[in-house]
Amino acid sequence: MLKILRGLLAVLVMLQASTANATLSIEIIGAGEHQIPVAIAPFGGDEKSAKTIHDVIAGDLLRSGLFRVIDNEGKAAPALSEVNYPDWRGLGAEALAIGTVSASTDGRLTARFHLLDVVKQSELVGQEVSTSNAQIRAIGHRISDLIYEKLTGDKGIFSTRIVYVNRLGKRFNLVVADSDGYNEQIVLTQNEPILSPAWSPDGSRLAYVSFETGHAAVYVQSLHINQRMVLANFRGSNSAPAWSPDGKQLAVVLTKDGNSQIYLIRMDGSDVRRLSANSGIDTEPNFSPDGQNLLFTSDQGGSAQIYRMPITGGSAQRMTFGEGKNFSPRYSPDGKSFVFTHYEAGKFYITTQDFQTGQMQILTEGGLEKKPSFAPNGKLILFASEARGHGILATVSSDGRVKQHMFTQSGDAREPVWGQ
Amino acid sequence: MKKHLITLALLGLLAACASDKSKEASGTSALTRAPIDDRSSSSSSSTAADSNADSNNVTQHNPESTTESSNQPSNDTLNDPNSLLAKRSVYFPFDTSAIQDSDIPLVQAHAKYLAGHGEQKVSVEGNTDERGSNEYNLALGQRRADSVKKMLELGGANSGQISAVSYGEEKPKATGHDETSWAQNRRADLDYK
Repeated sequence: MLKILRGLLAVLVMLQASTANATLSIEIIGAGEHQIPVAIAPFGGDEKSAKTIHDVIAGDLLRSGLFRVIDNEGKAAPALSEVNYPDWRGLGAEALAIGTVSASTDGRLTARFHLLDVVKQSELVGQEVSTSNAQIRAIGHRISDLIYEKLTGDKGIFSTRIVYVNRLGKRFNLVVADSDGYNEQIVLTQNEPILSPAWSPDGSRLAYVSFETGHAAVYVQSLHINQRMVLANFRGSNSAPAWSPDGKQLAVVLTKDGNSQIYLIRMDGSDVRRLSANSGIDTEPNFSPDGQNLLFTSDQGGSAQIYRMPITGGSAQRMTFGEGKNFSPRYSPDGKSFVFTHYEAGKFYITTQDFQTGQMQILTEGGLEKKPSFAPNGKLILFASEARGHGILATVSSDGRVKQHMFTQSGDAREPVWGQ
Repeated sequence: MKKHLITLALLGLLAACASDKSKEASGTSALTRAPIDDRSSSSSSSTAADSNADSNNVTQHNPESTTESSNQPSNDTLNDPNSLLAKRSVYFPFDTSAIQDSDIPLVQAHAKYLAGHGEQKVSVEGNTDERGSNEYNLALGQRRADSVKKMLELGGANSGQISAVSYGEEKPKATGHDETSWAQNRRADLDYK
């Protein structure tokens, strides 16, 4: 009976994707050194869609910390040939986005947009963006990505999603949402803890740890179809799932042979191979982008530090030195550095380290900070923090300047991971 | 919005049903188990007085009970509030898992009890404070539970009597963000089944 109930529950939660409001409220508390002034003209076409697109783009660009959004002062939507460049120049804009949005009879939403260089009076990019299912916010995010890429040279992350756990008393929700907090999807809800969610490389599945059987066990669940399986449920604790970049196997931490050690396991739960071989705690494995190495946390040297070892097993190389302890390593998308949590003198800091130079860079003020992960463009880091007595999510840019706090409506947000 | 509220309520009901059912299940089996654990085996001639005494025993449960279900063993020594066995928690300094000298008598008392009652099972539950990564804390909680388990075995308990589980920082007893709360959470609990 319990199994049937659980199955029913799983189906119900997957169907409930709330699109009404953002469930994360975002506060910007730090901006970039230089902010490009961009104006977003009102879009032509359906007024309601146009307003949503405008708000999405403005919100995205502001949150990036790299743009100043010029007020368009209620101007009419100009066609490309009608743009009065000196007018926009006078408002302080260096770039201008204009466009139209239209809906076809089969429900397709299409936006035609242009990004213009106000100073040179020329077009930087012109593109048509459309969706088949009226995902107006997705169109806005796509346009933001195009603007961001054209003006900064880096890939945009506005169409990405995040996963996190929200805890309210004894209640735990595993939540997937757009990176701006909208389109929240509750993947799992229960009165037992959930932790360590991990995105599959193609973004279609989540691995995570659940205590529903009374101890930590690893599950893999599809985000699109009603499919959920137990990956590891051995004696003791099963935790810290990490996907290999080819999606065919995962690294996990098991205590079935005594202490917490790292094992590899195939996607179907078979072929369990032990990788680490020491009497300490090895945990938090993370695959390199090329799938050849693992970073992990280990106290084999006496205190928690970051180590690296090849996935074929063998000796681990210590990566962090000096004062304090270090946890939760994650590779940058380009594999040239890693982000981790550094603990020193009573505080936790989000920190990066370059592989080649070995140089550490502390990015945050320090407090109860943990669980850092890179955005896919390697320019932003998402992590868990604490503010006003609650668990919150936070972001910081890789140069430490752009900072945000993200609050859930109620409860404590924790265990965030940036997805694709 | 209304549609979502209804869905939410339904979900809440289902989830509550699911967890209540599992609680009911453990409660029911414990009640049927209790007579087996009853050491006053002369209850074969159970008179009204005897069963009253037994049921008094059962209801006079340890006021310090840390678990919600009523599956405490109905044995005098274990439930005597004046006995060392009434203490079911061992505490740890930050980031350690070795049992402190001051707790050794307590663990040894429980070991002796388990050694003398081979049918008795106990679950050792390891916990940590919230500092450090959740995964490292899960491992540390496991190490704390294993530490207590090992000392129980050395004191004569059979390894088959003891299961060691970790909740890491996920089930804190105290939810403040200061040392007062953290100290309460750095502990291993002995949960008699």
